[in-house]
Amino acid sequence: MSAASSQTTPVVGEGFIATQLSYVVDLIRKHGVNWARKNSLWPLPFATACCGIELMATGASRYDIARFGAEAMRFTPRQCDLFICAGRVAIKMMPVLQRLYLQMAEPKWVISMGACASSGGVFDTYSVVQGIDQFVPVDVYVPGCPPRPETLLEGLMAIQRIVTNDGVKSSKERGRGLRITVGQSAQTHHGKEDIG
Amino acid sequence: MSVAVQPVIEALTTRFPDIDFAPGPLLSRKKKEDEQICVRVPPDRLPAVMEFLREDDRCSFEQLCDLACVDYLNFPKARDRFAVVYALLSITKGHRLWVKCFVNDPNPEVPSVTGIWWGADWPEREVYDLFGIKFTGHPDLRRILTWDGFEAHPLRKDYPLQGRGERENFETVTRDSA
Repeated sequence: MSAASSQTTPVVGEGFIATQLSYVVDLIRKHGVNWARKNSLWPLPFATACCGIELMATGASRYDIARFGAEAMRFTPRQCDLFICAGRVAIKMMPVLQRLYLQMAEPKWVISMGACASSGGVFDTYSVVQGIDQFVPVDVYVPGCPPRPETLLEGLMAIQRIVTNDGVKSSKERGRGLRITVGQSAQTHHGKEDIG
Repeated sequence: MSVAVQPVIEALTTRFPDIDFAPGPLLSRKKKEDEQICVRVPPDRLPAVMEFLREDDRCSFEQLCDLACVDYLNFPKARDRFAVVYALLSITKGHRLWVKCFVNDPNPEVPSVTGIWWGADWPEREVYDLFGIKFTGHPDLRRILTWDGFEAHPLRKDYPLQGRGERENFETVTRDSA
């Protein structure tokens, strides 16, 4: 486009349409794709201790994780997008956990469930990882020892809030270290902190 | 002393007169006949004694129930650092015997009994892993509980509970690398 034509033809209209179009696309992405995605999370249960029992209770009929669309638990990382680490992780188990995380397809999220996965808990010993976030990125921490199913469901809803905002981005685009604890708003912390 | 195991002690002392077995109760009980007997064996004579305990008709200990280790560091009146403990059971005779084999730093070595009881394979690997006692003649003496690359022997009494930084020293997976 030459300089003369740009002076005669206003580009405001095109830009306005483009802005509106991207806005609509963004709406569809946010409220269409992400809406579908957040209500169809596929958890990978990495249950190593008593948190796994609460995870099973969450999946059972009384608490019923299917109400949030996350009932399809698969035991292979290639079919899952939500990693739930439920229980303490020994150092010898850490390469397994990391390989499972790396084998999951993007986009993927990680819930660190319970005190042991988040901080080592009472197992302050030489062989237990003091928080899996030292070695893999974690999206949501669920406190409790073990957490009740309601707490885990609240953690799942925190994941859903993250998915609503940037579900179609890969976790690489989202950056590292989204530190969200259950009870805090996902909106306030999202994207603002970049803690290594 | 248990009446059942009395012939075993007599057979041992007649066969190995040069060894001081020092037979005594492992724990003192109210009823003397319930007490289980423990004998001491020096490490260099362990294979001969164990072979005798398994093969002799008066002993016939067919089964090695357990193999463990005790660290006697800072223990009152302890003369030696480590004791490798063998729990033996005779299925045909119905009697039990405990064998203790004392070893010391800096180079604790005990002959392996895998040639006599094949079930000693993994317990010896566990004792090697957690106490650092080398079992000479073991076919495959690797660590069994802790991970490869772990240097220490964590059940020794002088090893700190929280380790020496081993739990921090590990590869990190980041979102950029994933």
